[in-house]
Formats: sequence, structure tokens, C-alpha cells
Amino acid sequence: MASIKDIQQDIIDEFDMFDEWMGKYEHIIDLGKSLPLIEEANKTEDNLIKGCQSRVWLHANKQEDKVVYTADSDAIMTKGIIALLVRTFSGQKAQDIVEADTNFINQIGLKEQLSPTRANGLVSMVKQMKLYALAFQSQN
Amino acid sequence: MLDVSKIRQQFPILHQEVNGYPLVYLDNGATTHKPKVVIDAIQQYYEKQNSNIHRGVHYLSQLATDEYEASRETVRKHFNADHLHEIIFTKGNTEAINLVANGFRTLLTSTDEVLVSAIEHHSNIVPWQMACESSGASLKVIPMNDKGELDMKAYESLLSNNTKVVAVNHISNALGTINPVKEIIQLAHQVGAAVLVDGAQSGPHSHIDVKDLDADFYCISGHKIYGPTGIGALYGKEEWLNKLPPYQGGGEMIATVSFKETTYATLPHKFEAGTPNIAGGIALKTAIDWLNDIGLDNVMAYENELLEYATQELAKIEGMRFIGEASNKAAVISFLVGDIHPYDMGMILDKLGIAVRTGHHCAQPVMDEFCIPGTIRASFAVYNTKEEVDRLVEGVKKAQQMLS
Ligand SMILES: Cc1ncc(COP(=O)(O)O)c(C=O)c1O
Repeated sequence: MASIKDIQQDIIDEFDMFDEWMGKYEHIIDLGKSLPLIEEANKTEDNLIKGCQSRVWLHANKQEDKVVYTADSDAIMTKGIIALLVRTFSGQKAQDIVEADTNFINQIGLKEQLSPTRANGLVSMVKQMKLYALAFQSQN
Repeated sequence: MLDVSKIRQQFPILHQEVNGYPLVYLDNGATTHKPKVVIDAIQQYYEKQNSNIHRGVHYLSQLATDEYEASRETVRKHFNADHLHEIIFTKGNTEAINLVANGFRTLLTSTDEVLVSAIEHHSNIVPWQMACESSGASLKVIPMNDKGELDMKAYESLLSNNTKVVAVNHISNALGTINPVKEIIQLAHQVGAAVLVDGAQSGPHSHIDVKDLDADFYCISGHKIYGPTGIGALYGKEEWLNKLPPYQGGGEMIATVSFKETTYATLPHKFEAGTPNIAGGIALKTAIDWLNDIGLDNVMAYENELLEYATQELAKIEGMRFIGEASNKAAVISFLVGDIHPYDMGMILDKLGIAVRTGHHCAQPVMDEFCIPGTIRASFAVYNTKEEVDRLVEGVKKAQQMLS
């Protein structure tokens, strides 16, 4: 499994191909559309993170020393970003997740998506991903 | 007739690019921009008049007090209210409604009922919920039909001798519905209930005549009628304002203070504790004068034209769904396109330099009623143009193409 840093670098390279916002957005939308990100059974009220604008579901479970995330959103743009976050964090060691940053979202030019004022639930989602990792880590 | 290009010239903020496109600002329901005269009035106040009001005998304090009180007179005239002391300055409609609802806490009993409508802004719901919670009164909701109009039959059957307050907006911010407030007030008065009209959205678009309406309370927000933020005005009938206890305690609202007993100032000062937003109050006058110079009849006619044009052009888009199709409607269009999430649409419109509001517009119950997560809302002001409507339509089409 590639490291979080490597995966993030891959994503940055991938987005470098687009020099315009429209290309980037279209790519995000494609990511949002293509991925079945969570099982319906896990789209529970408990797993719901309420953003004011879009809703996000996040489920986490532990497989050996790795954390596996599945997630979803009702907005495609949000779901596309979720796909990127799941791609970087899911299957990684809890400690690595706790220590990782999400700066790559800024670097691919989608900073506004991870801004608290967007109220799309993504900021809370990143926080929640880390909290899960932290909880699993302390179980070790 | 109204010369829009001349009007636009008076708004410095409109002449900028956003994300590489000329700004198209269609979020006027949230707040309107300010003409240069209003901005100048604020600056002029701080440069030439700044002083605390109602207290000093010195020149500047007198000057600032006179200007501030002149604004109260402008609001009185604008509302067609009888008395100057029936006009209370607030920081906006949220405060105005809280002031009234808080006062009713002590007047309501456990058998009393408060009616709000299904299409209210949260700020005309929550203060009443709080008043009901602390007094034991119950909150009842006037339902709407699927066009987003209030069900007047249901309203009549909800009214009873237990009804003490009816709180409705004049124009719904989420749907644009213009409510028949005159009729609502007449019916409420037959059972002796007081009526508060939330005029946040009607302020910029229509004449306000509290005498003709026979409203007990009517409030407007400065920032939505081309004035500054942090200032608003509440009209209350003298008899009601005398019945309500003060909202906040402090300076300005007292007659005499001792540790044994404090007596309150007379109206309007009883409800104006502390140093107010003086600059805002003075500039509110400028904004109202500016609006009246253009003429509300001209504003209404022009905005109606924009509304009709925008509705007609947006309707051509495949999958267009208007949320709120009241037959009497202000220049507010709430819509959805196919099953595109409003947030996705808003993000792309923003990238195209078009500012709209997306989400529930602080009216979650309305969205629940329509079983939708929110809408995209374009709300128009007197400085908007048909070319901007065209940009919106093009933007929506572009977003639709990207998202489906
Ligand atoms: C219908 C309605 N009522 C009340 C408010 C709140 O007014 P203010 O911003 O002055 O507190 C708004 C503002 O969005 C509104 O649209």
C-alpha cells in the first residue's frame, strides 16, 4: 500500500493536468459519480455528519492495524472530494492518519471545498476521520 | 421610468470581477448592496458628526442626536405611522422579533396560542418557540398549499379566543410569496390577537402602510433595503409597546435608577438600551430617502419585469422546477434543476461569477414540506438587469451540462 504522502502526490499530479477550474471540477464530479462509496446499511443517522448545505455519511471500521473508511454525500461535488479523502486515508495505519494533513486539497486548487464557511460537512468529516483513527489507535 | 444603468453606477461594489467574470449579484434576499450615498453618509458621520446621542449638551452630541432622530421621523413617514415614539431602532429583524416575543413571555399564559406560518424565516419561529416554552403557551402553524401560499381557510379555523399573537412575514424569503397580511390582520383582530409582520423582504420591494394594514408590529431590516448592517426599525402600536416589558436593561432606557427601584423611560427609549448604532441609524435615513427618490412604484414595476423575464427564461431549461409558485409573488425565484443538488449548482455558478443563495434559506420547515434539501435562490434588486438574468440562465445550463 502506498503511503498517504505518495497517494496525495499522485492526486496532485493528476489534477496538474487541468489548468482551468472547469477541468478540475469536471474531474471531481466524475469521481463523485463513479464511486459507490458506502453501503446503504451504513447510511445511518449515527453516521451522518450534518453540514448546512450538503449531508455527509462516514463509516469506519478497523481491519487489523488499518482503518477502512466508507463515505457518501448527497452533493456530487462533496462526494468527489470525499472520494479523494477516502483514497488517501482508507487502508492506512491509524497513527499515519492521525498525523497526516489535508493540504493536498489546497494544492489541487480546491481549497474552498475544505473551508469551514462552505458548511458542506467536509471539515467535520476530516475531523471525524481523524477521531476514528485516534480511537482505534488507543485500542491497540 | 427607471434608468438602471444610472442606478448601477451608484453601487461601487457591482463593478468588479469575481473568478474572472463580471459579478452578477442575485443574492439580494440575503442582503442588498449599498449606494454610494449610504456609504458616504456613514463616512460623513464618523468624520464630522460622531458623538454619543441623547446625553451631551455639546454641539456634536446635539448634531448627532438631531440626525439620528431625523431618521426616526423618516422611518415613521415611510411606515405611515402616527407617532414617532412608535418607531424603535433595532439591529435588524432578528432583534426586533426577539424584542416583541420576549415581551410576550410575561403576557402569555398556558392556555394561550401563538400562530406562525409554515413559510417563516427561522427568526420568526425560534423566538416564538422560546416565548411559548417559558410561558407554557402553544405554537400553532398556519399551513401552506403546494404553490407555497398560505392556506387561509386553515388559518381561519386555527384562530380562536386563545390566539394571542399571529406572526407572519409579508414576503417569504425562501419562496417569494407575498402574503395577504391585511386580511391576516383583520381576521386576527376579530379574536383580539396581536399581529407581528416580518417585513424583512417587503422593505426593499413594496410600500409599507402600517395604518392601512392595522399592523400591531411591523419590522424592517436596514441591510436589506440598501442600508447598513446592524440597524433596523420596529413599528409597534403605542398601546402594545406600553404593555410589553423592556427587552434589555441599561443606559438610555431608564427614567430614574436607584438600588431600591428603577423606573423606565418612555417610548421609544424604553426599548433602546445602550448606545445604538448611530451611524447605521443616520445612514438608514439616507437609504430610505434614496429608495423613495427612485420611487417604490418604479422599483416594483421594474422588479416585476425582471421576475417575469427570469421565470420565462429559466422555465425553458429542461428539468426546471420552481419551488414556490404563488400567484402573488415578489422578485425571488427558488428553483431546482432535475435532481441536481443545490450545493453543486451553487458552486459552479459561483465559479462563473454568479452569486446566488443555496440551501434552506433559514427556512428548514419549508424545505421539509417540499421534501427537498434546499433550493437555489435568485433574488433580485433594483440594480439587476436582463443581461444578468441571461448570465444566470447560461450559468445554470453550463452547470447542468457539467453535472449530468
Ligand atoms: C423573512 C426574514 N425574516 C427575518 C430575517 C432576519 O433579519 P436580520 O438579518 O435583519 O436579522 C431575514 C433575513 O434573512 C428574512 O429574510
